[in-house]
Formats: sequence, structure tokens, C-alpha cells
Amino acid sequence: MKFAKLTASTLAIASVASVAAARDNVQVAGSSTVLPYASIVAEAFGENFDFPTPVVESGGSSAGLKRFCQGVGTEHTDIANASRAIRESEIAACAENGVTDIIEVRIGYDGIVFASQLNGPAYTAFTQADLFNALAPKVMVDGALVDNPHTKWSDFNADLPAEDILAFIPGTKHGTREVFEEKVIAVGCEETGAMAAMIAGGMSEDDAEDACLAVMSDGRAVDIDGDYTETLASIDANANGIGVFGLAFYENNTDKLKVATMAGVAPSTETISTGEYPVSRPLYFYVKKAHIGVIPGLKEYAEFFVSDEIAGPDGPLAAYGLVSDPELAATQQMIADEQVMGEGM
Amino acid sequence: MTDASMDNAAEGARRTISLYADDDLTRKRNAAEKRFQAYGIAAIAAGLFFLIVLLVSIVGSGVGAFQQTFITVPVYLDEAKLDKNGNRDVEDIKKVSTFGYNPLIEQAVFDKVTENGIATPLAKRGDMKALLSASAAAQVRDTVIANPDLIGQTVEFRILASSRVDGYLKGRVKREDVERDKNIDAEHLDLVDAFVASGVIQKQFNVDFILGADASESRPEQAGIGVAMLGSFFMMIVVLLLSLPIGVAASIYLEEFAPQNRWTDMIEVNISNLAAVPSIVFGILGLAVFIQFAHLPQSAPLVGGLVLTLMTLPTIIISTRASLKAVPPSIRDAALGVGASKMQAVFHHVLPLAMPGILTGTIIGLAQALGETAPLLLIGMVGYIATNYPGGIAEGFLSPNSAMPAQIYEWAKRADPAYYERAWGGIIILLVFLLTMNIIAIILRRRFERRW
Repeated sequence: MKFAKLTASTLAIASVASVAAARDNVQVAGSSTVLPYASIVAEAFGENFDFPTPVVESGGSSAGLKRFCQGVGTEHTDIANASRAIRESEIAACAENGVTDIIEVRIGYDGIVFASQLNGPAYTAFTQADLFNALAPKVMVDGALVDNPHTKWSDFNADLPAEDILAFIPGTKHGTREVFEEKVIAVGCEETGAMAAMIAGGMSEDDAEDACLAVMSDGRAVDIDGDYTETLASIDANANGIGVFGLAFYENNTDKLKVATMAGVAPSTETISTGEYPVSRPLYFYVKKAHIGVIPGLKEYAEFFVSDEIAGPDGPLAAYGLVSDPELAATQQMIADEQVMGEGM
Repeated sequence: MTDASMDNAAEGARRTISLYADDDLTRKRNAAEKRFQAYGIAAIAAGLFFLIVLLVSIVGSGVGAFQQTFITVPVYLDEAKLDKNGNRDVEDIKKVSTFGYNPLIEQAVFDKVTENGIATPLAKRGDMKALLSASAAAQVRDTVIANPDLIGQTVEFRILASSRVDGYLKGRVKREDVERDKNIDAEHLDLVDAFVASGVIQKQFNVDFILGADASESRPEQAGIGVAMLGSFFMMIVVLLLSLPIGVAASIYLEEFAPQNRWTDMIEVNISNLAAVPSIVFGILGLAVFIQFAHLPQSAPLVGGLVLTLMTLPTIIISTRASLKAVPPSIRDAALGVGASKMQAVFHHVLPLAMPGILTGTIIGLAQALGETAPLLLIGMVGYIATNYPGGIAEGFLSPNSAMPAQIYEWAKRADPAYYERAWGGIIILLVFLLTMNIIAIILRRRFERRW
């Protein structure tokens, strides 16, 4: 055992020494939603520049930002990908470790779609109210707030098929869940008047808002903690199920899935960029300004990411399913000026 | 007493039994034996059936990954586009990004349409984009940068077709499905049919799948398992270098030198228990000890190797002890009898005779470690995109990499169905490795094993 300890510690010392030496590639970690886009950019970056291909890892927005905020120095990551904006608490955690100058880059928008088996029941048009009526624990029936009595879609909307309610939604660790709750369930809550009824019933406004985000956990809404492939497998096995997917994932699997409109709008890069399709969210990455000039290629990578030929409407990211940001020019300027968060915002 | 009375009672009945005809009891016993044999055969048949189903489905789904669709076209490398100054300076040429090369390649494919007189409603150069892999431009650009004198000439390139075209030729993309697919249209498929007929598009063996690096999600046609294979290779070196000496030394001490007392009994029990510990536990241990405490780099094959060493050690110790035990004591006694020290007896006589068994155990332990994914999840080797070949031996151990099973998992969860095929292809490669290692183990055992 002594030998084992000795070996382990020698190896540890040897490797720490070599890691401390300068690093010549950009290191990126974070959201699995941003990962495909980041890896497309990293690949093209490696092809077009003399810098080595950046290293991209996934792990989730929160995990990526946590690693990002661990400190300044070559052993820490340079960029964090996130499918949501950085939180105040994370900025504070960053500052505690000396990471103060952060450049926030919005790369575009990601659409969230509702899809079901291609040959399954005709789930072709939903509204936020439909999903709220199907999945919320308390809904409005005949003007009164009651425990959700619905078991079939047709119970509350005669246009929907008479099938048992079954929805595969992203688990709570996903950034997508937040969007689903805020842009679908909460909106449905307001539309059906359930929120007003809750406030009238004596709840404070904040409590009512929180209560509006709740989703039933009696088996009709199944949390998927894995990837969209897992949701797809669940949809494959359940003809009456609907699933929540990213637009890019759906567009790659049109041979198995059919998509539903939301509030009458079909999801596509066009309807999302104009804001007609309601369920979308911005995607970001965060750059550590202290590393610019230390890590070769970092600024070039950031500039390349948001350049017109990559992130523009005809670029490879849009082809993969990213909805390009109409304010891309401003973002490009921001990176050129190395403008950090809090400055001029 | 009872025996005697039973004999008397049975005697009367037994006398009437014929030796030629079976009585009820015998028939029952024979039938029971037949039934038992039938159960055994049924169990083996079920096992074989599932093995065959498994192999057929793996090979059926994965064999497509070894073939890839290529487009062979002569590309005119336009000087006006690629080298505006005309001085063939590499620095100037590098300023033209891959986006500058795309139009040239699309034009080349479009020229092929005209040349072959194919009637198609796709009348624009840009319509050819759907047929081509995004990697094509990089391929042409790299060739030009390596060889600037080619500018101005027409050079024949074998470029990858897009994954949709590849899928169409392999039967994965069907005509009825492309209506809703925004990446490719039915007209493109008509054009592909015509190109296949004229030999411009061909399916060929794809070496890059075995040796190449992973690619981003927009170009599955380019992805290969080669870098992950190197990651696995470096991990296995760490496992071999650490677990073989440690494991053998531990087992020799326990088997030959250690006194029999409560302590050694406890150690033995714990080693057997360790062999049954789920591998994810070793992953957590690795995360806590090697990454969080010792600050070894995340996702590095070195850390993966250390974690898998912990996992493999019990297997090696158990098999080494078994093969040391199998060496007859007479050999030790004879060595000691002619005056050898205990250490000489062990190293000169016992260990060489036990070697085949030790090697077999080690190889099987390595094969197990090669296919392990769970501990790698926690040390960051899953989810890493293995696009860079390591620069040297040191980098091979220390720079982030993936491993074969982790790469397969990564492919299986990507959006494009073309990656699904690659995941199955990766499984075939992994199985080939495991099979080879097991065959080597069997050969070693057969050749060198001695029976007493």
C-alpha cells in the first residue's frame, strides 16, 4: 500500500507541475443545450485559425458557471456556456474568487417545441392554457378553482383528441424546465384566470406566482432528467404522450416526430426570431476578461462565435437550429470593445 | 427393524416386476431425467438465441458506420478567390476562411450536374450545399495551404457527402420522410440517384471512422472513434503499469509470506468484497481523491487509469492468488530442500509456473476496465468532445480525452440519427477489442498452463 501511495503522490506532483505550465487552448464548459453550437464553432475555429481547437465540455449551465467562477488562472476554464442568464448569486460567487470582469455574450435563441409520435393522436395545436389545464394541480372549472379533474385532453378542449394526458417534460435540473414553467404553465395560469382566483382566495401575489409554476406529479407529467434522446424513446413507447424538445432536436428527427403549434404559431427559426412563437429562450456564453491576452485565441474564438458567417441567419448555427439574434452587430461590437457586464448596460 | 419389515412388504410386489418392462417408478425417474435435460437444453438455446439476436442487431445497426458516402469531383481552385495577390504566400492564403471555399466546391458539384446532363429543378449552385458535408471546405483548404501551387489548377477531391445523403444510400433517410426535413428535399434525392448511376457518388470503406476524431453535431459523417481509442489506450497503460506490479506483489505476500491471523483474514475478506463493489463507487472515490484533493487534471486519461486501477486490483489479486495456490507445494518444498531461500523459491519456481494464470487474470481485468463507463462519468471523461489528437506521450496522459465506451454513450445521445449508427459501429469496435483480449488470454492459458 505504501508503494501505491507513493506512486499516486509522485504522479500527482508531476502532473500538477505540468498543468501549471501555460495552456495554449481555450477551455469551455457548461450547458448541454449550448454544447452542439459551441462544438460546431470550435471545430470551424480550429480549421480556420492557427490556434488549437478549443476544448468544449458539457455538464449543465450551473456546473459550467461554477467551474468558471472558481478563479482566475490557466487551470480554470475561460468560457462558461449557459442556457440562461447568469444569476446574481453566481456573480457574487465569482467576485469572491476574484473573477470580476465577465463579458456576457448572447449568441441567439433556442426554441422549445411540443412534439408527439408521427402517427400518434392528432396533437397538432396547443395553447398555454391547454397545457396548464392538463398538468397543473389546481385549475379553473366553471369559474371555480378546483383540484385538477381532467384525465383526457378532450375534457377541457373539445378540439384535442380524447386521449389520456401524458407529458414528458424536462427534469428540474434542466434549464429548459424553467422556460417551460415560466413561458407555458405560468402563462396558462394567467390566461385561464387561475392566478386571479388564487389571489382572490387570499394568496399573496408572489405566492400565487409560485403556485402557478407547479406541475402535477401523479404520473401524467413525467420528468426526464436525461437528454432529448430519452424523451424521444419515451414518446416512441407511448403513442398518447407529448414531449418537450429543443427545436434543433426536432428538426433532426422529423421522421419520427410531429410538432404542435403553440397558440396557433408553428415553431420555426423565423417565427421564433420575430417573437411570434412564444416559447423560446436566449442562449449565452460568458468570457473571463482576465484571460484575454493570456490564453491565445480566446478573444478570436469569442469574435468568431458571433461573426455573421457563423451565428448569422445563413451560418452553420442557424442551419443546426439556433435562432440568430437580430442584435448580433451590437454583440460583435461589445466583444471587440471587451465590454464587461455592468458597463453601459 | 423398519428396514426388515419394509423389505418383507416390498418383496411381494417386486417379484412380479419384469426386467424388460419399466415399472411406474422407473418411468417416472427416467422422465424426470429427460425433463431436466430438456430444461438444460432450453436454457442453453435461450442463451444462444439472445446472443444471436444481440450480435445480429449490433452488426446490423452498426456495420453501416464502416461505410461512408463520398463525392468525387474535380474542384477548380480559383486564383481570384483564394490568392488575390497571386504571390502564393501561405499567410495570405490562410486569410481565406473555409466559407470562401464553399462556393468553389458547390460550383464543382454543380458542374457535374451539367456535365452529366442530369435534368433537375435545382438550378442554383447554392442548392448543392445540402449534398455536401461541412467538412469538405476544410479538407480543400488544408490541401491548398499545404500545397499552395495547386491554386489555379483543377484538382480532383474525394469529399464527404452530407449525413442525409449518406443516410439515403444506407436506407436510413426515406423519401416519405424528407418532406418535413428542412435539410434536404426530394429533388436532392433524385439528384443523388442520378449521381450514383454516373459514379460521382459512391459508398466506400471509411478508415476515418476507426482512426478519426470526433466531430460536432452538425457533421456526423466526419466523426470517428480514433481519439477516444487513444484515450482508452493511455488509460489501459496506466492500469497495466500500476495494477500488475501492485496486485502481484500483494498476492505473493498474502499467499506465501503473510502469517495466518485475524488481520490477514480480514484483508482477504475485504479484497473479495472490493471485487464486488459497484464501479461507480470507485468513480466517486477518484473524484474526491485524485481531482478534488490531489488536483489532477479533470478528464485526463491518467485519472481514468488510476480509478480503473482501483477497480481492477481486486480482480488481479484474486486470480493471482488462485494461480499461486495451484502450484503444488512439492515444488516449494523441493526448492527449499536444496537450500533456496523462501524468496528464491517464490521468484525462481513458483511465480514462473503461476505466470500464465496471472496474465490471464490481468488481461481479463483489463478487458473489464476497457468497457467500463460508470466511473468515467464522474471524472469528466464522458461529455467531453474528443476532437484533438494528443500532442505527445505526456499529453496523452494529461490532456483531456474521452474513452471508447464514453464516446459511444456520447454519440448515442446526440440529436442526428446518423450518430446512432455510429454508436453501434463504436460498439462493434469495442467488442472486437474485448474479443481479441479474451482470445489472447485463452491462448496464453492453453500454451503455457501446466497441469500436475
